[in-house]
Amino acid sequence: MTLSALDADVIVDQLNAGELTATDCVQHFLNRIESHNPDLNAFISVSQSALEQAESIDQRRKAGQTLGCLAGLPIAIKDGICVAGQPTTAGSRMLENFTPPYDATIVQRLKSADAIIIGKTNMDEFAMGSSTENSFFGPTNNPWATDRVPGGSSGGSAACIAGRLAPVAIGSDTGGSIRQPASFCGITGLKPTYGRVSRYGLIAFASSLDQIGPMTRTAKESALLMSVIAGFDPRDSTSSKEQVSDFLTTLETPLKGIRIGVCRDHFDEGLDLEVKTKINDAISVFKQLGADIKEIELPHTQSAVAAYYVIAPCEASSNLARYDGVRYTFRAQGEDLEEMYRNTRGQGFGDEVKQRIMLGTYALSSGYYEAYYLKASKVRRMIKQDYEEAFQNVDLILGPTTPTPAFKLGQHTQDPLAMYLADIYTVSANLAGIPAISIPVSPSSTGLPIGLQLQGRAFEENTLLRAAHQFQNTTLWHTTSPSEPWRTQT
Amino acid sequence: MNPTSSSQPNDRHAVKFNDAKIIIGLEVHVQLDTDSKLFCGCSTRFGEDANSQTCVVCTGMPGSLPVINQRALELSIRAGLSLNCQIARSTKWDRKNYFYPDLPKGYQISQFDQPICGPGHLEIDASESPSKSRRIRIERAHLEEDAGKSIHDESSRRQDSKIDLNRTGTPLLEIVTHPDIRTAAEAKAFLSELKLILNYIDVSDCNMQQGNLRCDANINLHIPLGEEQIATPIVEIKNLNSFRAVERSITYEAQRQFEVWQEHGLTIADAPKQTRGWNDPTQTTTLSREKEDSADYRYFPDPDLIAVKIEESKIQQIQSQLVQLPSELRKSLVEQYNLKPEDAAVIVSQGRGVVDYFLEVADGCQDSRIANNWIGQEVLRQLNESNQTIQQYPVSPQQFTELLKLVIAGTLDQTRGKEVLNEMVEHSISSQQAIQQLGIKPVDNNELVTLCEKLIDENQEVVEQIQAGNQKAIGMLIGKARKINPNANPGLIKAMLSEMISS
Repeated sequence: MTLSALDADVIVDQLNAGELTATDCVQHFLNRIESHNPDLNAFISVSQSALEQAESIDQRRKAGQTLGCLAGLPIAIKDGICVAGQPTTAGSRMLENFTPPYDATIVQRLKSADAIIIGKTNMDEFAMGSSTENSFFGPTNNPWATDRVPGGSSGGSAACIAGRLAPVAIGSDTGGSIRQPASFCGITGLKPTYGRVSRYGLIAFASSLDQIGPMTRTAKESALLMSVIAGFDPRDSTSSKEQVSDFLTTLETPLKGIRIGVCRDHFDEGLDLEVKTKINDAISVFKQLGADIKEIELPHTQSAVAAYYVIAPCEASSNLARYDGVRYTFRAQGEDLEEMYRNTRGQGFGDEVKQRIMLGTYALSSGYYEAYYLKASKVRRMIKQDYEEAFQNVDLILGPTTPTPAFKLGQHTQDPLAMYLADIYTVSANLAGIPAISIPVSPSSTGLPIGLQLQGRAFEENTLLRAAHQFQNTTLWHTTSPSEPWRTQT
Repeated sequence: MNPTSSSQPNDRHAVKFNDAKIIIGLEVHVQLDTDSKLFCGCSTRFGEDANSQTCVVCTGMPGSLPVINQRALELSIRAGLSLNCQIARSTKWDRKNYFYPDLPKGYQISQFDQPICGPGHLEIDASESPSKSRRIRIERAHLEEDAGKSIHDESSRRQDSKIDLNRTGTPLLEIVTHPDIRTAAEAKAFLSELKLILNYIDVSDCNMQQGNLRCDANINLHIPLGEEQIATPIVEIKNLNSFRAVERSITYEAQRQFEVWQEHGLTIADAPKQTRGWNDPTQTTTLSREKEDSADYRYFPDPDLIAVKIEESKIQQIQSQLVQLPSELRKSLVEQYNLKPEDAAVIVSQGRGVVDYFLEVADGCQDSRIANNWIGQEVLRQLNESNQTIQQYPVSPQQFTELLKLVIAGTLDQTRGKEVLNEMVEHSISSQQAIQQLGIKPVDNNELVTLCEKLIDENQEVVEQIQAGNQKAIGMLIGKARKINPNANPGLIKAMLSEMISS
């Protein structure tokens, strides 16, 4: 079996057993990036020092030194997460030449585990988008059908896993930015509970919704990464001190008796018929695994997209104020300070970002604050309550991750509302702060991946991973890869 | 603008300035004495190289996050308790959004609707008031981070602007009063007392030169006009950084508002709040350049920080550790040490160190009046001349007590005592060593008799003057005696001379 086909946990085992060197492993994926990135545009930058780090790990291993639990494993990081000394652009012209002087906490943790950061992946500018078409560095193509989007905003991370340009990747999810691209690219993507993974070093889009998580082929790989990146961080005041579950050891605990809720409202209007069928097929698989399927209601989730598109832009309008041309960003010239500000922000930000900054600025303005921000915050609390009530009767909530499979490049760029509806099933988990995972089910008749979403109680990522893992033990959808050379699919 | 008031110029000119009531409210920004900044670990030291006290957090680097400094919370609670404020049981952080080059994040983390300190009050000295004191109500006090400093280099042809972010993120407590202050002197008294309290409780050094205490004053006039009471438009004078500037700007502004009102008759309903600055060289307030649209700071809760719960036990713990406040010390100096209120005020105004010094000496020598005379005059003068603090003063309270005991016992007279003190200060020695160095020793009675006889013999004209009733002339003889023998006690000499001359 070639390295590309191996799961990350198997790669780590082989590295530990001395059957594989980190250098060979890194070289293999660097080669794949070199040959395939021109077609996919999944990476914005590739690490110049990955091979050197791999050699050092091989030497340390040879010398008998104790190594971290991911020693030698290459990993791709979304470009909105700071890696010291490596360009970190957040997909924006504004940060085209920004090199952070510090590591995000999760990067520090991955480095301590001796993982090797192989590159930074493409994304919608400042994570605002559902297709990765809003990147200043050009769109990423979906390896399953290169004329289609990989989803977004973590489209680069999703595409690089589907295309096996890296064994595992990290993304971030504000309204579905891990799960929706995972669904479009046929991989596994976990958005952890808000506060489970430190946000320190994640370039903020909407601070109360942003969460970093793993994007991998299998649930087990996600569990492996979670065991490294999850946990309290004193540098992030919103990170939780809640004890971290053992994600790996509970994976095999049988699902018999687990109660899975299905909200039938989420299977109605707007849901692609084929997606509906495939999700229903997956429900049967869970039944066979011993799950007890129950109908539930989440009445306020129908307002989730509306609330999300008030709260997220409000926070973004403030979070992005720092990009003013004064310090580390792109700077346009101007006759005076005000003109410099206008030109810098006018030229440095793309249209979608500007649109959301304007939305948020408006919604926070005096006279509108109550009608928008406060009202949206109330809806948010009601959605949270919906989930709390639902989780009294069920352990997990199951549904489609997205209403349709991957759409075509350019299909929704002129229709923001259609684009925003790609998040319809994912935003609620961010508003409620609960964890959710997307896993691949049987693809569409045209061979496009379809994703199933499981949502769980706060801090019960282990239940999500366990259910996903056992689903993957009985199905093979997660193991299929797009054929090479990549083809378009009409 | 059309005045809504129906007042006629003639009516207005009949009103006298002294009939107007001045309404003043203050907003005081105090820098808290923490080692590190409000949301990161950077040092708050003043005067370091530009941008040397910065990190990814206080420079607003993408991805960085704030973490609250617990010490700043404690100091704020301590300040609040000392100002009789209600301490919030839950307090939160809000973003105040505005663009400015020295504000790296494009927003300031502040507190909008749940300040850490709620209503309180401060008593100030007001000699003109029948109760001799006035209560100034405090509306709130909230914590916020400071901005950086913009330095505009006008000399360079390109008019370079430079930014120093060392100050960015230092913790400020903004204390807001109700408009209870009525005169410039009261405003100054309020600030002096506030500064003294914050010094005593180690919350802030309030160093105004370093900008650690800054003040904005809101002023308008209430003018009686017939049956009506007219309020003039409110003016905020920003960034007053000395007590003198506060006093003078208020005095000037009240007069200016009165004159403008007499001329135009504009009232609070006719004009929005105006921001003015104090121009020190011209001693006037001038209109600040304002943007066309009024600022909308778009306050909203900072999602990067969580609300702070303050336990009752925490408040009680801080309360129990509170030191005596200046007002309590003044009271105890008057009631227990029999000082005059004005003397007590002088001692207390010098800070806790001088008070402790006084207490130790007064207790040691058992004569608080003498202790006050010597410390209130000699010591304070010496400290002032040498620009030293009491902690740097070379004479310890124990040594000072020994010296005063000798004075009280009559072993040293006042003059010799002061010589001894000067010697002690100059050489950092004990009173005994100083007495030795100055050659001070007791003079025996026979020696004094001989000395007096000699003086009478040699100064017959003076003796005649004394005999003629000019008692003051005896001072001349005493002076001569001290020249011959500096150790001669002037009291004893005087008694002896009087007796000899009169007999």
